[in-house]
Amino acid sequence: MLKEKDKIFTNLFGEEPWSLQSALKRGDWDNTKSLIQKGRDWIIDEMKKSELRGRGGAGFPTGLKWSFMPKDPNLNNYLVVNADESEPGTCKDRDMIRNEPHKLIEGCLLASFAMNAHHCYIYIRGEYFNEAVVLQKAIEEAYEAGLVGKNAAKSGWDFDIYVHRGAGAYICGEETALLESLEGKKGQPRLKPPFPANKGLYGSPTTVNNVETISVVPAILKRGGEWFSSFGRPKNTGTKVFCISGHVNKPCNIEEEMSIPLKELIEKHAGGVTGGWDNLKAIIPGGSSVPLIPKETCDTVLMDFDSLSEVKSGLGTAAVIVMDKSTDLVQAIARLSHFYKHESCGQCTPCREGTGWMWRMMEKIGKGNASSSDIDKLLDVTKQIEGHTICALGDAAAWPIQGLFRHFRDEIEEQLIKKTRAA
Amino acid sequence: MSEQLTTFSFNNKNQETALQILKRYPEARKQSAVMPLLDLAQRQNDNWLSRDVVEYVANYLEMPFIRVWEVVTFYSMYYTKYNGKYLVQVCGTTPCWLRGSDQVAKACKEMISPEQNTLSKDGLFSWMQVECLGACVNAPLVQINDDYYEDLTYDTTVNILQSLIDGKKIEVGSQSGRKSSKAVS
Repeated sequence: MLKEKDKIFTNLFGEEPWSLQSALKRGDWDNTKSLIQKGRDWIIDEMKKSELRGRGGAGFPTGLKWSFMPKDPNLNNYLVVNADESEPGTCKDRDMIRNEPHKLIEGCLLASFAMNAHHCYIYIRGEYFNEAVVLQKAIEEAYEAGLVGKNAAKSGWDFDIYVHRGAGAYICGEETALLESLEGKKGQPRLKPPFPANKGLYGSPTTVNNVETISVVPAILKRGGEWFSSFGRPKNTGTKVFCISGHVNKPCNIEEEMSIPLKELIEKHAGGVTGGWDNLKAIIPGGSSVPLIPKETCDTVLMDFDSLSEVKSGLGTAAVIVMDKSTDLVQAIARLSHFYKHESCGQCTPCREGTGWMWRMMEKIGKGNASSSDIDKLLDVTKQIEGHTICALGDAAAWPIQGLFRHFRDEIEEQLIKKTRAA
Repeated sequence: MSEQLTTFSFNNKNQETALQILKRYPEARKQSAVMPLLDLAQRQNDNWLSRDVVEYVANYLEMPFIRVWEVVTFYSMYYTKYNGKYLVQVCGTTPCWLRGSDQVAKACKEMISPEQNTLSKDGLFSWMQVECLGACVNAPLVQINDDYYEDLTYDTTVNILQSLIDGKKIEVGSQSGRKSSKAVS
């Protein structure tokens, strides 16, 4: 269990004010200047040593990603922070923004300096209105204190930071859709290459990082990359904020050590599964886009990238959605299919047509109005969508359905036969 | 789309705000301001965008109307009709559904209107089911205008809606008495 002294987000629940005055007491903005003076290469090297993997879902090594940014000082590089938190189950960035905004702002300065960027945009989902207000006020505080702006934190680096509110589109969490949206267009993902590190915002080199990724940067640089990598398992390091929702006694957000066993996470922090561990049916361990895992897998699986990928699921955003035995799993996944149908941007035919089709088929199965061959057809369609779209939304819509039938097909078919007989 | 007869323009305060917003983006990239300006205009116009409001924003940014209209219709938070003083958005995605969002929707059906996107008889509010609002450990929840009301039950939802009718103040955030997303002790 992660010790209090090793927690990065000591004010995750807002028990103290978010203000600069209060943040300074928590160690934010402590000697930021000296970190910058150590230079760009030192920062990127320390990030590589920390083995931090991006916290937005894909888990790409952050230090490596930063090293892709062109070093030509004549280029107008950008850092864009993805605060478009919309993956069902996920609500960690919200707490970081409303209760620890200065960790994010300080991280933005450090990351921007490391990537030769003088400008940073934080793209926050439109529904987080109050959170955006807090973030804006915190940025104003930082400007007034000289921590950002010209000669930010007396480091010699000029740095401007802006908040941009979205307006309700899950797809804008996809980095190139986010950039399109920031440019004032419909949020439809771009074809890659070119990748944002070459041509991103306004055609300039851009790195898009998640809120949590950037917010842990100051702690990593102050305490050292090796401190961070001492938590968890190799290549799955650090502390991580988990969101535990669904059928648990005490749903919550909690910062823990990476690679904590799933069962321990739920029993220690979320008051256990409703009705006890044996009442567990299945868990979606990393936000709605990853396939669910059945109870037997939950008994032993560790909460990290590699362990969850071994059981054909994923850590994703580390949003743990718990479903007990009372759950109609077909309905639970059909509800997600509806989500993807609603959020498809409509650009690629397999996704635009396929998400609606899959949802209707899931509803049909839910009503007991389907046969085994319908399930075959549905799984076949998921394979036609997966990998055939510009962005990963098509995959994300396909995987929950594949996961459901991978583990529960026999049970669902049995129910279908019963319903057919009853009719 | 309903027609509005008056011609829209930003009020003095919003003229000032709009200029501040434009400063966030490079001068040659003022199209970037389309989302914040639509939001600003919508707030000035009883929380909805009529055609003349959208035309005003298009002219303001020197953008073709259709480019702005594409943005209006792509994103779910721009409304092309009036939704009442209070717009109640009920999250119904799986984490909320698992914890009883159907009961929250039931309260809305009974107290606002049996159908979504329909004004209540007194014209005070309307409700709609929306996708994940991103506060899943505080499920189920609703967003009313800018504020989240979390950890709801059928009863607390009724209580919130009744308070709106009575013009009484309600505490924003968790309705179960806990602090933000911290586990209850």
